[in-house]
Amino acid sequence: MALSNSFEESSTIGDAGLIVHAHDIHKSFGSLEVLKGVSLDVVRGEVVVLIGPSGSGKTTFLRCINHFEKPDVGFVQVNGHLIGSKLDRGGQRVDASAREVATQRAEIGFVFQHFNLFPNRTAMENVMLGPIKVQKMSKEKARTLALAQLEKVGLSSKADRYPAQLSGGQKQRVAIARSLAMSPALMLFDEPTSALDPEVIGEVLTVIRDLANEGMTMVIVSHEIGFAREVADRVAMFDDGQIVEIGTPQQLFDTPSQARTKSFLSKVL
Amino acid sequence: MLISTLQFDTSFFWHELFGPSSAFLGGLWRTVYISIIAQLLAVVIGLLVALARRSTLRILRGVAGAYVWVLRGTPLLVQLVIVYDGLAATDIYRFQDVTVLGVTILASVQAAILTLALNESAYMSEIIRAGLAAVDVGQNEAALSVGMTPTQAMRYVVVPQAMRFVIPPLGNDFNAMMKSTSVLSVIGVPELFLITQEISSSTFHTFEIFMDAALYYLALTTIWAFVQTWLEAKIDRSWGIERAQRSWWASIRERFQDPKTLGIGRRA
Ligand SMILES: Nc1ncnc2c1ncn2[C@@H]1O[C@H](COP(=O)(O)OP(=O)(O)OP(=O)(O)O)[C@@H](O)[C@H]1O
Ligand SMILES: [Mg+2]
Repeated sequence: MALSNSFEESSTIGDAGLIVHAHDIHKSFGSLEVLKGVSLDVVRGEVVVLIGPSGSGKTTFLRCINHFEKPDVGFVQVNGHLIGSKLDRGGQRVDASAREVATQRAEIGFVFQHFNLFPNRTAMENVMLGPIKVQKMSKEKARTLALAQLEKVGLSSKADRYPAQLSGGQKQRVAIARSLAMSPALMLFDEPTSALDPEVIGEVLTVIRDLANEGMTMVIVSHEIGFAREVADRVAMFDDGQIVEIGTPQQLFDTPSQARTKSFLSKVL
Repeated sequence: MLISTLQFDTSFFWHELFGPSSAFLGGLWRTVYISIIAQLLAVVIGLLVALARRSTLRILRGVAGAYVWVLRGTPLLVQLVIVYDGLAATDIYRFQDVTVLGVTILASVQAAILTLALNESAYMSEIIRAGLAAVDVGQNEAALSVGMTPTQAMRYVVVPQAMRFVIPPLGNDFNAMMKSTSVLSVIGVPELFLITQEISSSTFHTFEIFMDAALYYLALTTIWAFVQTWLEAKIDRSWGIERAQRSWWASIRERFQDPKTLGIGRRA
């Protein structure tokens, strides 16, 4: 839906149309090389779904985008900002301070497989905390904003519930609302439905689908092939630390060109 | 004379129990406030030490580790004498009575609060460290993901959650703290134990007055057990967790009888 944004012409770094520009990311944990040169560009409004076998590096790649992991080689730009770095006076790339990294992360939403809601805060307070502490928003304004975000994920009636009193699907929707409250330029989802009971997966996917329709830029790790087919502009197949194939859902699911994609799909479909 | 003191003077016992002398009450009051202030200071210092032990700076970790090692590895009694008598004898620091807003704080009481706070802070730092470690790393990441700095994530997300894991062992330490104030008598703090000893030597009613003192200590630790039970339930409620309905009596009994929670042999 967003690929029409003249992607070819606008691929220069820092261009307004390019939200994610990940270039040649390498990442090792000890002697294990988990990412072996991953590059990915995502334009504004685009939805990219990452698939691939367990251990292929999908989570690690996602975590490099918001600097939960620091790439050994390569760099990531989000919305024109070099993530985790800045240029010093001499034009050299140096590490950004913790505060600068935090400011960069504020515009990148991250939705976790296990929700990670703050258990000692109500749904409302979970959503309010970022705006209050990070954006220094007043409590009243944050409350109004939080209620609007909860409304959007269909949970305004559960605003005063604690996470322990919510179902898995409800928790994940609150977590999405918590990210949205920061008005992110980009949302990252790491298997948002794989910790959920089958009967509540649908309600979370509906929320993500609505976001896609509103034009939210998203990178989603998911094994929900039917969902990917429906919302993804492109699907990227990860294997062994690399993107082995990338294309529209039709290309990738119906006419995969790589043997590894075919064998992976034959297992999950 | 000798014969009469061998008998249990019931009226003296009841009289001191229900109408204690002002000296006795003064000692009790000192025991209470010294314990509370020392424990509060210990929590604050302990938190700083626990954070220092998680620091990325190696020197800071080393200093904090040494602090805990020394304070936990030496008896409270020895620490007390060093702080109060040792520092004065070497002219390094001599505690003086100070009067703030018309209230005089004895030199020995200042030394007592300081030493108890430092000693307990070493134990608190370990308790808080375990509490921080018990908070899921995903909580920290969730805080970072909305744009908090690591310091904000610690302050607004991780530390408040660690409290839930810290309160039960902290409560046991405070129970021990109230009892270990009795060693303050060696530096002449007129707390419950020293006052009891003085009453004992002036009246020769040793058994009666120490039984009274024991009952007062027991009352203090029992009241604290109630406070702790209430506090734990309150924290659970603030997480939206309703405790299984247990009678308060059962939970208090458990607190006093479970060998793990008694803190036996931990202190000098
Ligand atoms: N912090 C870490 N320290 C050491 N090894 C790690 C760390 N994080 C990930 N790994 C390893 O890196 C490899 C890739 O992990 P990653 O989580 O990125 O895979 P994934 O594609 O998300 O897999 P899954 O589908 O199981 O979530 C795995 O072998 C994993 O064990
Ligand atoms: Mg993963």
